[in-house]
Amino acid sequence: MSAAKTQTEDLVNVQVDGHWIQVKKGTRMIEACKQASAEVPHYCYHPKLTSPGNCRMCLVEMGMPPRPAPGQEAELDNDGHAEISWMPRPVIACANTVAEGMGIRTQSTLAKECREGVMEFLLINHPLDCPICDQAGECTLQEYSVEHGKGESRFLEDKVKKPKNVDIGPRIRLDDERCVLCSRCVRFTREIVDDDVLGFVDRGSHNVLTVHPDKPLANNYSLNTVDICPVGALTSNDFRFKMRVWFMRETKSICNGCARGCNILISSRENKIYRQTPRENNEVNSSWMCDSGRLDYHFLDSSARLTDPMIKKGKSHETVDWPQAVRRVAEGLIKYKGDEVAIIVSARMTNEELYLVRVLADTLETKNVDALKCHGEGDDYLSHKDKRPNTNGAKVILKLRSPGSKIKSIKRGIESGSIKALLVYGENIASKGFGDDVLSKLKFLVTSHILANPTAKLSSIVLPGSGYAEKRGSMINATGRLQLLNKAIEPPGNSRDDWEILQDINRAIDGKDFTYELADLFSEMASVVPALKGLHLSGVGENGVQVIETGETIPLLEREAQRVKQGLIVG
Amino acid sequence: MPITVERPKLTLLEKFYFPAIIKGLRITIGHAIRILRRKKKVTMQYPEEKWDDNMPEYYRGAPALVTDEHGRERCVSCQLCEFICPPRAITIIPEEIPSDDKWSKVEKRPKEFEIDMIRCIYCGMCEEVCPEQAIYLRKDYAITGHNREEMVHDKEKLYEIGGVREGLVNKWNKLK
Amino acid sequence: MEAGNILTSIEVMPILISFIKIVVVIFAVILPMVAYSVWAERRVSAVIQERVGPNRVGIPFTKIGLFGLGQPIADGIKFLLKEDFTPGHVNKLYYWLAPALTMVPALLTCAVLPFGSELFGEKMVIADLNVGPLFVFAIASLSVYGIVLAGWASNSKYSFLGGVRSSSQMISYEISLGLSLVPVLLIFGELNLSEIVREQSKNGWLLLPFWGEGAIWNGGVDRFFLLFPAFIAFIVFTTSIFAETNRLPFDLPECETELVAGYHTEYSSMKFALFFLGEYAAMIIGSGLIVTLFLGGWSLPFGLDAYLMSVSGDPQQIPWWLGLIHIGTFLAKVIAFILFFIWVRWTLPRFRYDQLMKLGWIIFFELALVNIFITAGILILTRDPAP
Repeated sequence: MSAAKTQTEDLVNVQVDGHWIQVKKGTRMIEACKQASAEVPHYCYHPKLTSPGNCRMCLVEMGMPPRPAPGQEAELDNDGHAEISWMPRPVIACANTVAEGMGIRTQSTLAKECREGVMEFLLINHPLDCPICDQAGECTLQEYSVEHGKGESRFLEDKVKKPKNVDIGPRIRLDDERCVLCSRCVRFTREIVDDDVLGFVDRGSHNVLTVHPDKPLANNYSLNTVDICPVGALTSNDFRFKMRVWFMRETKSICNGCARGCNILISSRENKIYRQTPRENNEVNSSWMCDSGRLDYHFLDSSARLTDPMIKKGKSHETVDWPQAVRRVAEGLIKYKGDEVAIIVSARMTNEELYLVRVLADTLETKNVDALKCHGEGDDYLSHKDKRPNTNGAKVILKLRSPGSKIKSIKRGIESGSIKALLVYGENIASKGFGDDVLSKLKFLVTSHILANPTAKLSSIVLPGSGYAEKRGSMINATGRLQLLNKAIEPPGNSRDDWEILQDINRAIDGKDFTYELADLFSEMASVVPALKGLHLSGVGENGVQVIETGETIPLLEREAQRVKQGLIVG
Repeated sequence: MPITVERPKLTLLEKFYFPAIIKGLRITIGHAIRILRRKKKVTMQYPEEKWDDNMPEYYRGAPALVTDEHGRERCVSCQLCEFICPPRAITIIPEEIPSDDKWSKVEKRPKEFEIDMIRCIYCGMCEEVCPEQAIYLRKDYAITGHNREEMVHDKEKLYEIGGVREGLVNKWNKLK
Repeated sequence: MEAGNILTSIEVMPILISFIKIVVVIFAVILPMVAYSVWAERRVSAVIQERVGPNRVGIPFTKIGLFGLGQPIADGIKFLLKEDFTPGHVNKLYYWLAPALTMVPALLTCAVLPFGSELFGEKMVIADLNVGPLFVFAIASLSVYGIVLAGWASNSKYSFLGGVRSSSQMISYEISLGLSLVPVLLIFGELNLSEIVREQSKNGWLLLPFWGEGAIWNGGVDRFFLLFPAFIAFIVFTTSIFAETNRLPFDLPECETELVAGYHTEYSSMKFALFFLGEYAAMIIGSGLIVTLFLGGWSLPFGLDAYLMSVSGDPQQIPWWLGLIHIGTFLAKVIAFILFFIWVRWTLPRFRYDQLMKLGWIIFFELALVNIFITAGILILTRDPAP
């Protein structure tokens, strides 16, 4: 190596395990090590939370160049760096920041012995009940004891007994014996969701995590504590004893609970979803997600799922095959002219599906196309008041200025008889103001949904579609970010991907060529929709791309940015 | 580097084959005479004669679940055997032990535990991996059934084969 | 009236007697022997390998095992009951024809084999042809068609390779088979197999000329010197019979390590059984031929025949008990030879194909050819020229 790179304004030279790197001024030592690919084990440190430095797992050896006496020149080695004099004691890497000329040793004998000692202490009272612990397989205590532990216990005394299987909230179970007292959960509830109900009580080896006697850990973000818990102390009731983590396949997708579009990982095994966890995206959801979105996947496994296309014969529905169902839909629609047909879509549909609806509406020459508006309660963190994930997509693709504004006129049209045929996608309109009396006036009603519902019961034809975890596609969230859904499981029975059903109907009516790849359909859509110009499905990536500006901000991200600026957290 | 193996040079006598053939015939007839004169017995007449009494401790027969001396099912359904099983013969559905149960402190037990004996290859990996010493390969080797369903051993059947094993882990006692 | 005349003009008795002989020989002797040689093969191989072999099938629904003698019957029932599967990609006609073409020639050749001397004045041979060995070769060479057709009609590469191998192997060895027999015919000056056996009965077996005029002390110097070419002919002939019947160490047409099962890979049920039985039938006929030509056929050794004849009194008429002894002798010799076949099979490894061809064309062919001249030379030197 030549002479050391000169110190630029906000970069400093740091030596990690013998190699010199340049990192930003103010970087924590643990992050500098990460950049140098030297992973430092840690429990309490989390980049989105403050660093109390209480687990002591990230102890490393640190050194600085000696300060020269007045008039003395600093001694430089061949590379132009000053000689480092190592400190006799280790320091924690998570709460200290780097300085110019600093040296860090993560693999020295001292650092290794420190980790071994810390691991031994952490495991003294550990119950070693990995066989029944849900964290097993993704437990840092397991991982670090393999990598940094002694491998055997020297502890002869009886272990301290602590509360096990404690109910601390509606969705969370606490096991104090497994807890390593890292305080990540305490800090999360305190700093992120302002629901300060967790804390430590008692002293010494009897120190335990506990919940406020009158207030359970019941906020809508409580399950994030399970994610950040490095051990199995906090486990989710929903996931409890359902499946071991090593069996599950993780699919990167987005949550469909609201317009926020939190990035998630869907964990599934053999066509069944077992849990959803947040996936870090600092433009959308940081590392968190709400409990209601996280647990909103059970309907995919519901017994009410539609599995076959059905046609109404008399009073009941009869199962038919897909070609017949599609032909009947096409025949039913072309009987009516232009505005006699109305289409109500759902903002749960992907952009590709909405685009195909747009093509269908153009072919049928109808202007009665609208998406149902569905607002609920939002909060000051992540949850959005718009409970449909792709309202912005519907706006962009279907050129709707204000979704839901035409619904009333469609209803009036049905009542007056000017609208004779109605297509409903992914919504149960019977519970949204379209009563039996209204819908029974229609000559032809087609529903595409994944669950049996009153609207489907009144429909002439029912087309079973796929849920959000069963298909691919793109959506635009509340802040205007285009993000991708991915397929985690197969749709049940004979139900199919919605875009394929829609395309079949389109082609049965207009007779054009089929598109066989979702990517081709996306490109076709991107060439028509200005906001998506020049985009390809493969170019969207797992974190999405910004396509429109909505002017909305995310409160939780705002506050995190504030704390980063204050130097409280790394971010 | 290629290694060339030289073919052995045959003598004139060897080239005739006959001495070698006669030598071979002598060996085989020797074996035949030995067995005909009952000098040696190798084969066992299976259904009448059985090896059961001579079976070694380490014999790997049908895998089965065992209970401990208090009647507690040892298996806590950690699913490690399901994971390690090379032919994927094991299927486990775990459940939580209800709080009024005598063994509620164990928290977890198998709701369903099935071993497909058509798939099982008797490798013993499940026994080796089990952290609770709950699954053992017993000495049962004649596992038969009239159809595929019968060949799937459910929890009840597995405990029936397995029986009780005493001692071993004392992880769930009071002191832990 | 005309028809009645014709009927009475044909002698019914010889036809009826021939028919009885055919039925008895084929169905009471050859086929059971085929079946039981399969059993013997399994038992002997087991004994050689220090196993037990099929020893359980006895009388049904009892525990009586009878050393597994019921096994061939059980096998036969199994073959009949198995699904007779014809693959979709075969040439149906030839596929169906091939098994029959393998079995039939093997059975036909036994027509000229004298399996006994006389019984109640009737010669114990189905057809007492004057061209016995030629008939045998003519018919036996047909059996290659069965195998070639099976290989070709199966439309499978393994079968095809097996068929091709088999045909080239059988054609190659037929030459040495035929040539090795010429010295024998020269020595006896006879093509009628019954006469050949009678001659051996009187004057000593070809390989054991120690009584009658064949014995050296009785002036049979020629036969003594002819022992050498006769032995060479015996070796060549026996080895060629091994190759002709596709048995180890020459079973390359069906060697399972390379060709699955060779020409009968695609066959199942009774059609497969016909191939299987055809091979064993060929082995039995081959043994019979060797016994007839070299080891005196049905005759007893050391002039016992002549002695027993003299005991019976009538020198022209062979008594019925001696006839039966002769039949028994023939069968005993054949069975001994079958055991030898089996013994060889479970001893020797399979030859390589080039070794097989080299043995046939470069060694046996020349050896048999030279052997003819040696025999002829010895005959000229030792026998008086014909009067």
